Amino acid sequence: MDSMTIIAVASIAIAGLTTGFGTMGPALAEGRAVATALTSLAQQPDASATITRTLFVGLAMIESTAIYCFVVSMILLFANPFWSHAIAQAAGN
Amino acid sequence: MRLSPDEMIFWQYGFLKLNATIAFTWGLMLVLVIGSKLITRRLSRDLKRSRWQNLLEIVVTALEKQIEDVGLSQPRSYLGFLGTLFLFVAVSALFTVVPGFEPPTGSLSTTAALALCVLVGVPLFGIEGQGMGRYLKSYMEPTVIMLPFNIISEISRTLALAVRLFGNMMSGAMIIGILLSITPFVFPIVMTLLGLLTGMVQAYIFFILAAVYIAAATQVRKPEPEPEAALGP
Repeated sequence: MDSMTIIAVASIAIAGLTTGFGTMGPALAEGRAVATALTSLAQQPDASATITRTLFVGLAMIESTAIYCFVVSMILLFANPFWSHAIAQAAGN
Repeated sequence: MRLSPDEMIFWQYGFLKLNATIAFTWGLMLVLVIGSKLITRRLSRDLKRSRWQNLLEIVVTALEKQIEDVGLSQPRSYLGFLGTLFLFVAVSALFTVVPGFEPPTGSLSTTAALALCVLVGVPLFGIEGQGMGRYLKSYMEPTVIMLPFNIISEISRTLALAVRLFGNMMSGAMIIGILLSITPFVFPIVMTLLGLLTGMVQAYIFFILAAVYIAAATQVRKPEPEPEAALGP
């Protein structure tokens, strides 16, 4: 395999793995966060405004770790610097 | 497939490029400025008021209350900065229902600019709040050893602010684009609705995080509570 094929295969495979493994942790964390929030909502319905607000902020913070992984895999797929470098080298030769 | 509206170029002269991000940002600025000019042109103080004035009053009072909840006792002095951040991000997320519009926050340049505003604004508010010496000293708390780590945290949270907003807005557009090619009829609409929700939540997050950073920078940390400061109007 030449270097372009290797770069393409590695980028595509790693992009999938990045999103796959990167969303596993945040998924578990979001589940825990929502479960705990539901429990406290059932215990203290009066504090629902505060709990909901904090829950949303917390969920977005947790979700942002998954988003980082997604951004990395999107960069690997659509704006890969190594791929551009290989293309430029192939065009130069 | 485009990663961001940066790659949509309307006009180019030499190295000057007018891409979709800049054009849509200008459009949003026009809408926000002209809209608020039109609404605030005749404000009424009595009970009868226009519905647009009601809308603006709801937005402003809600933002003030949120800023106050974070711990900033005088929300008016921070409303200009934080409210602008919130309104820009929220309106750019809201305008995604307009066909052909791409949110300028889906470009890393815009979100990095917003995050840099926060990076510069937080020390300014901090110095204004507690003086130059005490603000700089807060970097060396609890010990001098923490100085580089405090600086690193300042930089990394700016990066996180920028990438979080960019990733959320970009992923919304990207998922809709992918779904359009698979199931063109129902699911893109549902995902657009979800994108509206995440857009508003992200605007709120951006705003509340900036408020929290400013609150952390302006508050004078003292072990004993001040009784006279607690007495509000």
